[in-house]
Amino acid sequence: MNYLYAAYAATWLIHVAYLGSIAIRYKRLQRDISNSGKK
Amino acid sequence: MKPAFTIFALLTLCLLSYALYAALVVAPTELTMGDVQRIFYYHVPSAWTAFILFTINFVASVVYLIKRSVKADIVALVSAEVGVVFCTVVLVTGPIWARPVWGIWWTWDIRLTTTLVLWLIYVAYLMLRRFSVGSQTALIAAVLAVFGALDVPLVYFSIWFFRTQHPSPVIGKGGSLDPVMAHVLLINWAAFMCFGFLVCWSRYRLEKVKRDTEETQALEALLEHGAPR
Repeated sequence: MNYLYAAYAATWLIHVAYLGSIAIRYKRLQRDISNSGKK
Repeated sequence: MKPAFTIFALLTLCLLSYALYAALVVAPTELTMGDVQRIFYYHVPSAWTAFILFTINFVASVVYLIKRSVKADIVALVSAEVGVVFCTVVLVTGPIWARPVWGIWWTWDIRLTTTLVLWLIYVAYLMLRRFSVGSQTALIAAVLAVFGALDVPLVYFSIWFFRTQHPSPVIGKGGSLDPVMAHVLLINWAAFMCFGFLVCWSRYRLEKVKRDTEETQALEALLEHGAPR
């Protein structure tokens, strides 16, 4: 059962890490847009 | 956020929850391998989803080479990126399943090796797109994607062409999968496909806004400083 849970946990860890990277890129882009708007 | 995106995200969440329940509870326990066989319901749908995303990358790259369409270029980039994520899941869950069943984490078997090569090809594709700054980047990436896609059928059909340790296909021609297991497998595939589509949608919007912003900034810089002499 440990292998099963490890596989399922690893799957969601990979997906959550990727979603996190998208969220970071969104924030960075929003900051760039607001910075260029201030100039 | 668009209402259609929110509704689709909620439906996908429900489907993923039901798919997880079906994989852990509804699917019968396999006699030889026991509960560890349930990794199958994440491993196989992830592989199929990755293959479909790489195929979309191939089609979008061909469209880009013919029409030089920016949308096709974004679709190619997004499908490769999300495809690599699903392929990573395949390469991680595979060894976790192999260890208790085969007694080893990895073997240089044709199916496993071609899958690793497939992952490396698309990682190289993404690195090219990330670090190349020339105006020909999209064109070179599209050509690489067309050649890289040749590995997809090789991975898929390798278990027919070569002697391999990897199990034979369990559904379709020659398959002998229990109907309940097949049903759970297809539910999980549908759930992962919806999730993959949702992530691609989100990533596409990000890339589109990013490119529009870069274009606007470049135009503003041009107007401010004048055209280069």
